[in-house]
Amino acid sequence: MSIERQEIEKLATLSRIAINESTIAEVSQRLGSVLDLVDQLQAVNTEGVEAMSHPMQATQRLREDEVTELNQRDALQATAPETEDGLFLVPKVIE
Amino acid sequence: MHNLTIAELIKGLQSKEFTSVELTQHFLDRIGNLNPAYNAVITVTAEQALKAAAAADQRLTAGNAPDLCGVPILHKDIFCTNGVRTSCGSKMLDNFTPPYNATVVENFEQAGAVVLGKTNMDEFAMGSSNETSFYGPVKNPWATDSVPGGSSGGSAAAVAARLAPGATATDTGGSIRQPAALCGVSGIKPTYGRVSRWGMIAFASSLDQGGPMARTAEDCALLLNCMASYDDKDSTCIDREVPDYTATLNGSVKDLRIGVPKEYFSEGLHPGTEDAVRTALAKLEAQGAELIEISLPNSALSVPAYYVIAPAEASANLSRFDGSRYGYRCENPSDLQDMYCRSRAEGFGEEVQRRILIGTYCLSAGYYDAYYGKAQQVRQLIQQDFANAFDSVDLIMGPTCPSPAFKFGSKGDDPVAMYLEDIYTIATNLAGLPGMSIPCGMVDNKPVGLQIIGNYFDEARILNAAHQYQQATDWHDLAPEGVAS
Repeated sequence: MSIERQEIEKLATLSRIAINESTIAEVSQRLGSVLDLVDQLQAVNTEGVEAMSHPMQATQRLREDEVTELNQRDALQATAPETEDGLFLVPKVIE
Repeated sequence: MHNLTIAELIKGLQSKEFTSVELTQHFLDRIGNLNPAYNAVITVTAEQALKAAAAADQRLTAGNAPDLCGVPILHKDIFCTNGVRTSCGSKMLDNFTPPYNATVVENFEQAGAVVLGKTNMDEFAMGSSNETSFYGPVKNPWATDSVPGGSSGGSAAAVAARLAPGATATDTGGSIRQPAALCGVSGIKPTYGRVSRWGMIAFASSLDQGGPMARTAEDCALLLNCMASYDDKDSTCIDREVPDYTATLNGSVKDLRIGVPKEYFSEGLHPGTEDAVRTALAKLEAQGAELIEISLPNSALSVPAYYVIAPAEASANLSRFDGSRYGYRCENPSDLQDMYCRSRAEGFGEEVQRRILIGTYCLSAGYYDAYYGKAQQVRQLIQQDFANAFDSVDLIMGPTCPSPAFKFGSKGDDPVAMYLEDIYTIATNLAGLPGMSIPCGMVDNKPVGLQIIGNYFDEARILNAAHQYQQATDWHDLAPEGVAS
């Protein structure tokens, strides 16, 4: 199975990964090879089978809506690329 | 001292034959001398280790210290360690120093274990050969032209080379068991929900599970006693008492019903691996266990189901790495989109990018039901296979992987060839079952692993069978050339 160039470009945009023009053919071929593998699933009869999301059918636990975390802003921001006044700095979003 | 097991080290520490500081210095020296040949350890925390060892010696002197007090270990670099770089084998996190400990790391710290450093791994745990690490591949101590397996290849190689008596690891599709097999060590992936995933960098959240590696099953039991705990901070952790896994090691395997799945001995299995595994099964039979041929008819579907579910979950989990709050940010981004796209293209390696793209494809509009929905249904079928089998057997055993360690680069350019390396291990992750690998033979001077799969929360029975097998054999005692001396 091969994937069209446009499809690769769309995936790259959705994934927010810049793809080098020169590697598109290779990426397409390798993704195609993985999709051939997973396409084996299409032949399986799964009518009436419930989708499984947790091995023990556990459901999401709830807790009281109380503050349990200490304020660690400075420690957490120490590892950030760029911060100012307790905010994470990124390139300008609004013109 | 490096030839002693953890159980023996505990005795030595508690009877004051040696101190934790002496022991820690010994292993730090070994890492300094031997690690350059293996690249198993990527961060050494000598100063903290010696400090922790001195504190452990005080606790030992005071008495009533926990079992692991003073025992040196290594952590896979996927577990967040407060103040110590946690890279996950990626350029993306090469500069990341967490301000907190993972629950697993905290558990070992509370017990007084001494952390020597962090081990190398496939990038974001995506790989079966350690070739995807940003820090270069780990070399298999049994044959340095061959892979150690992955993704916990650094932990496996470090234990095999006796750079540490035990290490933590994680397993999403075989990442504890396959490297344990290829490096000739013991490693157990517990039941999903047994070990907290908090602070363990997420790959595929419904499959990831931490577990220990060591040379023997007894040592794995000692480590798992500390590693397993209920944790409020991991919402998928199961609240269930942790038994003392060492208490049941000595039970007999007489009348133990071992299921042998015929699908695990099919085409593609190396004849030498098959011989070694069959010989191991015969040994257990001679010890009184009963071998029962079983069928897991949907086994062949586990690899395709996994390569939908794992990349889909990975694509969501790895969206947090975007250059904004931590990790790698590209130089001079022109705008926000450029920052996201280039930081991710430059920070992630090829295999990680491939899996994000595949996961995004499987989850994108119009494909969700056909891929992710379908794979989750197939997952149910795979789980049902195991449930049926466990109606009539206590444990399931077979090979851990199809062949011994392969040479670097030998899986070529086709990612699928590498994915098939995990053909026998993936199904237990999909079902959430516990599984272990222990050494059971040698082929071409490379180790072979016996896989032992148990029912939910039956880690004690797995460890018991593994220990009984190790009482009767000495494959786990073998050391690569130059390592034992």
